[in-house]
Amino acid sequence: MGQELKVIVFKLGSEEYGIDVDKVETIERMLPITRVPKTYSFVKGVVNLRGVVIPVIDLRGRFGLPETEATDQTRIVIVNVEEMQVGFIVDSANDVIDLDTDVIDTPPEVVGGVKAKYLDGVARISDDRLLIMLNLSEVLNKSEIIQLEGLEA
Amino acid sequence: MDMNQYLSMFIDESNDHLQSLNENMLELENNPEDISIVQVIFRSAHTLKGMAATMGFEDLASLTHQMENVLDLVRNDKLKMQDFIFDTLFKSLDALQSMVQDIMEGGEGKADVTSIVSNLQAIVRGEKPGEAAAASPAGVSSADSTMKAALELDEFQQSILEQSMGEGHKAHYIEVTIREDCQLKAVRAYMVFDLLERFGEVVKSYPTVQDIEQEKFDKSFSLYYITQKEAADLENMIMNVSEIGSAVVTPLDKESLAQLVSSASSQAAAAVEAPEAPAAPQAAEPAVVSKPAAAPAQSSKEAPARKPAAGGTPAPSRTIRVDIERLDVLMNLFSELLIDRVRLEQLAGEIKRNDLTETVEHMTRVSGDLQNVVLKLRMVPVDTVFNRFPRMVRDLAKSLNKKIDLVITGAETELDRTVIDEIGDPLVHLLRNAVDHGVETIEERVAAGKPDTGTIQLKAFHSGNHVFIEITDDGHGIDRERVAAKAIKNGILTKEQADAMSDDEVALLLFAPGFSTAEKISDISGRGVGLDVVKSKIESLGGTVLVTSTLGQGSKFSVQLPLTLSIIAAMLIKTGDEKYAIPLSSIVETGLIKRSQIREVHGYKMIPYRNSNIPIMSLKQIFDIPGFDEENEEESEIVVIRKGDRVAALTVEEFIGQSEIVIKNLGKYLPAVEGVAGGTILGDGQVALIIDPNAFIK
Repeated sequence: MGQELKVIVFKLGSEEYGIDVDKVETIERMLPITRVPKTYSFVKGVVNLRGVVIPVIDLRGRFGLPETEATDQTRIVIVNVEEMQVGFIVDSANDVIDLDTDVIDTPPEVVGGVKAKYLDGVARISDDRLLIMLNLSEVLNKSEIIQLEGLEA
Repeated sequence: MDMNQYLSMFIDESNDHLQSLNENMLELENNPEDISIVQVIFRSAHTLKGMAATMGFEDLASLTHQMENVLDLVRNDKLKMQDFIFDTLFKSLDALQSMVQDIMEGGEGKADVTSIVSNLQAIVRGEKPGEAAAASPAGVSSADSTMKAALELDEFQQSILEQSMGEGHKAHYIEVTIREDCQLKAVRAYMVFDLLERFGEVVKSYPTVQDIEQEKFDKSFSLYYITQKEAADLENMIMNVSEIGSAVVTPLDKESLAQLVSSASSQAAAAVEAPEAPAAPQAAEPAVVSKPAAAPAQSSKEAPARKPAAGGTPAPSRTIRVDIERLDVLMNLFSELLIDRVRLEQLAGEIKRNDLTETVEHMTRVSGDLQNVVLKLRMVPVDTVFNRFPRMVRDLAKSLNKKIDLVITGAETELDRTVIDEIGDPLVHLLRNAVDHGVETIEERVAAGKPDTGTIQLKAFHSGNHVFIEITDDGHGIDRERVAAKAIKNGILTKEQADAMSDDEVALLLFAPGFSTAEKISDISGRGVGLDVVKSKIESLGGTVLVTSTLGQGSKFSVQLPLTLSIIAAMLIKTGDEKYAIPLSSIVETGLIKRSQIREVHGYKMIPYRNSNIPIMSLKQIFDIPGFDEENEEESEIVVIRKGDRVAALTVEEFIGQSEIVIKNLGKYLPAVEGVAGGTILGDGQVALIIDPNAFIK
């Protein structure tokens, strides 16, 4: 038996992702977003979360997936990583599960188009259900973003 | 006991004491004869030592102890302050500062101060530090030899002893030695005192109770004691306390008391004459042994016996220390209230019901007052920044072999905490410049017919919604020709441009990036290592910096700062679907222009404005705002913004109105966006970005 881990489960397209519940502050319905000019393309802008201004990024855009229109299911997952508060726009988020860390395998080279470095591993919950564990520090790693932007320019 | 909860208090107070030590040392350097200053310094050092010892920072305590030894000789007229003593004491202060710094950063305040300590000890021995490195460590043994001698009674204490003997009490002279391997001497000593005070009264002890509590004693202490108990009982009682080596109780009668006192006083007198007995005069002070339950006789004797503190006791403080974080929380809550207020005003405006409108208006007034109070809470006198400068200027002047007077005025001027925290570094920079490049060397000054001591004035004052800080020196000023030549050489401007510039404009070139970082900068009239950093820092605070200079007479750097950074008045504007806030402080005026008035000059768009042409920019283009077709408009709303003396116009779609806004940062994740100073939350709960006009005017 490994350690118990509580994770928040959210969806992007058909894939299910998991984040350690300790890193998640709240899950919000879609909020009005104020665009911030001249920033990364996947940064949608900033929102007012009960008096605090928080940047929001589109996780689809961050992973290079096609962006979609917001629906009723769309959620903003506010995470707190390395003292940074950031919101992730996800397609839906409605599950919390307990994981045994033993079921998390090291990530395969490519999963669902998301670069392996963003992943902490893949958890097999049942025979037909896989959960992709996100490495939030890498997702929010700015030096890599700057390199990418540099390449594009 | 959990010391952590006292740690922040300790750090604050240590810093206060270090600051006061620094200040008073500087003052003493100017008036070396003034013993009252030494008294103040001594007391500060003493308190610092006590606090450090209580908190368990041994290195800190022992270094302060050595300083105290030196100061003690000075205040008792046994040592004259001299240059090398000042230098050593200043070095000690620096060491203490870095120890406290270390503690602040979570360290244990340990530092290797052996060389400073040995220098201090050498001074106590009456030597110049470094002269007799091999001299024997005198400190410990001398303290020991003065031990008994110091147990001298004043008349009052003696009469108390005699009187109680007359009343049938027993008086004892007790010497207690604590075992060598004892871990907590002070605690054991305390236990002994506690025990004794249960059965009688301690009249006098050496070392003083205070010193014993701070472990400022070797292994033994002695005391006069009045009780009903027999000597043998007392010995047993004391020996029952663990880790006590020996307890010698000598019963006293009138005769033996008189004998002991006279021998003690003669020995003490001898000790006072001997210069290496720093502890003796201190011990001559009445012992403060009173516990709350002390007999009335004792408390009555204390008052007259206590020496009046030289320099007077400071008035009781009418302030409290508040954690800055709590103020930030208050500020955040208040800003939410402000946002709701704006929203309420909007609603009341829509609903148009008299009683609602009146209530909202009243609430607006109250919250306006509240805002002032909250803002004032965050105001700190600039003194907290200025107070480190005298020392810095002294050290710089000394190392550069210059004579400089630093005159500080307006140190009580208050600024918001957020500004205070940021303004220190730029000011250090400007002052260094003034000392290094502004004021000439003594020879140059004499040759120029000036007094050999240069003067740097540091002045702070309020004016309107701003605070000005000016640094004026009476040095050689800025040599226009050389600055211009350097600028031309660096390709910043052409000869023609340079000739057309006023002196002050040329002086501003010193702030140009690249210009100042050039390696050979010191061979022109100076002024300039990294002044561009100073400028950008001040501008990031919403301030400006200007230079005026007269060749041969000196220069003045004038820094203008906003009072606060948290709440500002702003103009809300709309372009496309987006709303922005522009700080009112950078708006000159708003207006309308016809698009036909826009001309192209050198590829820049310009509009006529008050007999001149100013550049015009489009907010839509700068921020790439969708949903607004500007080109087809006949007329455009413009906001004329300024940065220092320069102005420019910014086209927007429409004005919403003026409003008080609370500045919020956009979080660490976002990269700094040029032209955006932060965000604010509007009455409808949406975030609007705050425009930083400074970024638009280059």
